[in-house]
Amino acid sequence: MTSMSFDELLPLIFIGLMGVSLLVYVVSDGYDLGVGMLMHRATPGERDTMVASIGPFWDANETWLVLGVGLLLIAFPKAHGLVLSELYLPTALMLVGLILRGAAFDFRVKGKASRKAMWDRLFIAGSMLASLCQGWMLGRYISGFGEGWNYPIFAAAIAVALPMAYALLGATWLVMKTDGELQDKAIEWSKIAWPPMVVGLILISMATPWISETVRVRWFTLPAMIAVVSIPITTCIALLAARLLLGSPAVRGSLCWLPFALLVLVFFLSFLGLSYSIYPFVVIDRLTVWQAASSPESLKVILIGVCVTLPVIIAYTGFSYRVFRGKTIELDYA
Amino acid sequence: MDVVFLARIQFAANITFHILFPAISIALGWVLLFFRLKHLRATDPQQKLDWLRAYRLWTKVFALTFALGVVSGVTMSFQFGTNWPGYMERVGNIAGPLLGYEVLTAFFLEAGFLGVMLFGHRRVGEMVHLGSTFLVALGTLMSAFWILALNSWMQTPAGYEIIDGQFHAKNWLEIIFNPSFPYRLVHMVLASALTCAFLLIGISAWQILKGVATDTASRVLRTGLVFAALAAPAQMVAGDFHGLNTLKHQPQKVAAMEGIWETTRGAPLLLFAIPDDATRTNRFELAIPKLASLILRHDADGELKGLNEFPSAHPPVFPVFWCFRIMVGTGILMLLVSWIGLWRHWRDGWDFARMPRPMLKLFAAMTFAGWVATIAGWYVTEIGRQPFIVAGLIRTSDVASRVPSSSVALTLGIYITLYLVLLAAYVGVLKYMSETADKPARPLITEGLAEGQQKNQHRGEFA
Repeated sequence: MTSMSFDELLPLIFIGLMGVSLLVYVVSDGYDLGVGMLMHRATPGERDTMVASIGPFWDANETWLVLGVGLLLIAFPKAHGLVLSELYLPTALMLVGLILRGAAFDFRVKGKASRKAMWDRLFIAGSMLASLCQGWMLGRYISGFGEGWNYPIFAAAIAVALPMAYALLGATWLVMKTDGELQDKAIEWSKIAWPPMVVGLILISMATPWISETVRVRWFTLPAMIAVVSIPITTCIALLAARLLLGSPAVRGSLCWLPFALLVLVFFLSFLGLSYSIYPFVVIDRLTVWQAASSPESLKVILIGVCVTLPVIIAYTGFSYRVFRGKTIELDYA
Repeated sequence: MDVVFLARIQFAANITFHILFPAISIALGWVLLFFRLKHLRATDPQQKLDWLRAYRLWTKVFALTFALGVVSGVTMSFQFGTNWPGYMERVGNIAGPLLGYEVLTAFFLEAGFLGVMLFGHRRVGEMVHLGSTFLVALGTLMSAFWILALNSWMQTPAGYEIIDGQFHAKNWLEIIFNPSFPYRLVHMVLASALTCAFLLIGISAWQILKGVATDTASRVLRTGLVFAALAAPAQMVAGDFHGLNTLKHQPQKVAAMEGIWETTRGAPLLLFAIPDDATRTNRFELAIPKLASLILRHDADGELKGLNEFPSAHPPVFPVFWCFRIMVGTGILMLLVSWIGLWRHWRDGWDFARMPRPMLKLFAAMTFAGWVATIAGWYVTEIGRQPFIVAGLIRTSDVASRVPSSSVALTLGIYITLYLVLLAAYVGVLKYMSETADKPARPLITEGLAEGQQKNQHRGEFA
């Protein structure tokens, strides 16, 4: 590879930052969307604990979406216009889901007690709608917004698989953050969500090369294939380990955090695989990062801000997770 | 319908809904810090409890307000791209970093410390908790700083150069501190102060009227009255400066605000009129001679430019003209109510029990007066910038969405329904919370605290 000038490197730095923001979003809002969807299987008392387990975090989780989309908007304005015009309706529906959910989150405890069940239903419905739409958007995005009979099926499959993945992530979050009866339930939910998520992941991994020539060439060319095959292998090991753990008594004790951590690893590896498939495009086969990027001057101005603020953001996010570490207790405004 | 028009209505609906919540939370964060400090510094146990109750109720209001602000703000970050794709393609080099800095320095700060501020009091020390509250309040203010810098740049662009139709930044200090920015920032922060003050006044008055008030409501009501009585005159002065700044940089906006069709010396101040775009005249004028010139030029015979000087490049007159009158009228009303209210309260020996009920009803009726003035003001400045998205440089119609108008109409319908339902729910829940504020599950702090700490040590320290 020839060496790049810093100006040529900038778009790569920004696509990396955007990817990481979206990964953090998918993992962090993923577990709280998952918890939201799982609430339809819980009793009213358990619902309070479930909401309490995500209460201090969900605002900050959603901010990563604003950062991810913001970076797309700021650093790759041409891609932003293209992607969001293609995904106009699912984006709008996802936003409706996120609005419903964020509003219901607060209304359920602050409004009349008789309305709580209604807000809970809206919270669950909003979580489902947002997850489904994100799945659909991901599916359309990976396939480069292709036209033809197979593309909508592919997107629909991901639209179902992603909520399953979120539900599994949410269930393992609850395994970590709760105890007693709710933890037992969460373990059951994790076991139920595991097979569809795994099947979904396998299908997507097989369908992506089938749907895109670019991806096929990228993955199935020697010698790169030998190196990148470690990604699916590690993913398989992590998924199997998580499933084994869920069946063992250790998950109720000191290893309660491990299934969640393994799931985060799976999300991370899937993200790596996806990045490898798409690079160096920002919209596959249509727009490379260099074609879509803003002027280097503007990117440098933002990069300074990112370098200064991101470590601070990570530090205080860590602080917040530390303050609310351990098993969830009732939330109140003291 | 025309897709540009639909996109504008949709964006307007979203920012109108969004601004309701920051308009409260920008100032309410600082008010919460004030309540908390009063609680900590009070020596009398009853007073301590009163301020704590105030803090608790208004923290809930803050949490609810903040949540609605976040979700409508997330929507907005998408609508920049979905509704105005051409905007970022042309001015992305300037708007991008400003928005980026807002997310990095404000959104994360607010959201990161909100959890600790709302739910963390039993888990962190008093100073850390106060610090978190301070950082959340600071975050909301920073957010206003960046977004107003961008908005002001769109009104009075500076520090840029145009190369092949693309905007490039030349001087960031000139971009951020563009000519209208300091005025708009002060005007908006004071608007938030007034909105928040009247919310405090209105809800506390409602509690007294409903007979559910404790001393807490009196303390909050007094805080709100003093706050409003200070902010209202300051806002008048700031508004006047902002108007003069607009006259200098965007005379066509002022011409629309004052309904001046032809350039005039000694222009009258119109108290009432129906501006008619078709005939380019005002009907049913009720005017005070020469007053507009006197206010804007500080000279009774000063010349004011008319809309005739800006052919096909001036804003629609009717909405700008009327929103301006609604804003100013509400502002004057807020000034009068806060001053008369405070005067009356002083005459009553600082006792709200002796305040006449009609006065309390007036307070309650004005709970959301700040919303009316804030929205009317934003309509003046935003509609007043049309037909441009970046004043004088890019027309709104040139950057609009390429999405079919049926899609925009469909989502517009969904959004508006959702916003109306949530707005009704918000007002309903505020009313409910105010009426049930002092029937908490744990009436006594000391017991509650001890119990909470035990519980925390008991269950919370694993993993």
